[in-house]
Amino acid sequence: MNSVMWTVADSWVMAKRSVTHILRSFDQIMSLVLFPIMFMLLNRYVLGGAIDTGDVTYVNYLFAGILVQTLAFGANYTTINLAVDMKEGVVDRFRSLPMSNNSLIFGHIAADLVRNIISAIIIIAVGFLVGFRPNASLQDWLYVFALAMLFTLAISWLSAILGLLVKSLEAAQWVGFVLIFPLTFISSAFVPTETMPAALQAFAENQPVTHVIDAMRSLLVGTPMGDSGWLSVVWCTGIILVSIPITGWLFRRRSAA
Amino acid sequence: MVKTESKNAIVVKNLHKSYKQLAVLKGISFSVERGSILALLGPNGAGKTTTIKILSTLLQADKGSATIEGYDVVKDSNEVRARIGLTGQYAAVDEYLTGQENLVMIGRLYHLDKKEVNRRATELIKQFDLVKASTRPVKTYSGGMKRRLDLAMSLIAAPPIIFLDEPTTGLDPRSRLVMWEIIKKLAAQGTTILLTTQYMDEADHLADNIIVIDGGKVIAEGDANSLKAKVGADHLDLTISKKSNFDDARRALKSEKIKVDAEQRIISIATKGGVKKLKQLLGKLEDAKIQVESVSLRRPTLDDVFLTLTGHGTTKTTDENDKEAK
Repeated sequence: MNSVMWTVADSWVMAKRSVTHILRSFDQIMSLVLFPIMFMLLNRYVLGGAIDTGDVTYVNYLFAGILVQTLAFGANYTTINLAVDMKEGVVDRFRSLPMSNNSLIFGHIAADLVRNIISAIIIIAVGFLVGFRPNASLQDWLYVFALAMLFTLAISWLSAILGLLVKSLEAAQWVGFVLIFPLTFISSAFVPTETMPAALQAFAENQPVTHVIDAMRSLLVGTPMGDSGWLSVVWCTGIILVSIPITGWLFRRRSAA
Repeated sequence: MVKTESKNAIVVKNLHKSYKQLAVLKGISFSVERGSILALLGPNGAGKTTTIKILSTLLQADKGSATIEGYDVVKDSNEVRARIGLTGQYAAVDEYLTGQENLVMIGRLYHLDKKEVNRRATELIKQFDLVKASTRPVKTYSGGMKRRLDLAMSLIAAPPIIFLDEPTTGLDPRSRLVMWEIIKKLAAQGTTILLTTQYMDEADHLADNIIVIDGGKVIAEGDANSLKAKVGADHLDLTISKKSNFDDARRALKSEKIKVDAEQRIISIATKGGVKKLKQLLGKLEDAKIQVESVSLRRPTLDDVFLTLTGHGTTKTTDENDKEAK
């Protein structure tokens, strides 16, 4: 086998490890199941009555926002899990093996994809229960799935950078939220951006999370797509392409210290 | 498999390594004969872990070179990694996976095929007395079990060379003996072993050859007997009856190379002189009218080795170790 094949094989081994971590860790399972349900119900019933979303019902408007927020939080696990690995002796063991070094990061990111597929299924089920009624075709759903995975990869790679930057596990717990909270709240996730002050609106309308949400919302319930489709793909791909070499460099730097 | 026909599996030449301003290795050289056990003996901060990290390709030296079975640890790092097993100071096991899953994972990362991995895993689980625990997540294991699994993981690909960084630190006496038996068996099967330890008795018990390092330098080298001959085979511990007499006792024995523990009122003296020397020492104390509460004879410890070889004990370098650990 050549080195690319070995990288794939090693990443597969590492992905199996990370997915096993999800299934055996009570904390991860709970947050995986509870957060999406909680956010969906809170927004739908507590805030929903006060928010005017025009032609679409609030639950139809909200669904894409909750989905993307959940995906973002799910992908953030790479920060914590990578920081844990770097802190413990286990990374030294991996580095002393004739394996591809990148596969450790690939493994965590693959686990994020699995985690987010599970979260997405839960969100969709809960959504339908509280009145979400999409008019998407099968093809639209496939696009939503593809975009969801692309977005997960983008956030995962950003999270990998954070996981390699943080010096402590305590920092790993909150640093991701500093990135994810503003991006998901100052967006079109929960309220139409026109209701925000001008500066926030300008940010909200030009940041990637809004593009991803708008694109998904359009595919699911038929709101206008505008430029959000291609913009979200370009943003996510761009983030991934920039993040990969940075994580590689950080990993080498961290492990040489 | 073996690139050179030299009798040495590991050759280390003039290794230097600094972390920022702090020089941890100041020119370490040694070699390890194939199939033998070498112990790197030294206190915390002496540079033991740094040496292991360089040899296992985790860290690059600033200067000097090291080869494993003829392969350079920097230039041929992948060849080196395929031939070594590393058991670090902290059990590098995955807590969420079972013992069996840990072994299989590492075996796959050594690029063994599935059948071979499963065969080896089953074999090692039996050999390391982990049969009942093998299907439980590792977080339920005791410290001793984790260490055994950790060692088993570095053996999964049956590498010809094993690095053991303080393999028994923190283990209870029984687990320690079990570990020693495993290490001796491995060497008997032809594995080359480089281990680090802070314990003289461990080096004495296991190693064919001992390298004593301190402050990043080799300060003595040889088998256990030749080191002991240098240090003095035995140590006399004299416990002085009264604290008020302790300083007088020190003065009375000032012509000897002594080590004192004022808190416990103990004066230790390295000696090869047996009973005659004992009589002479007790005579000196009696002349000074100092009462001795008890006398005991013991084997030299690392502290004694250091006192003899360097003139200082083993404690002064602890803060350097903190830096090394990072």
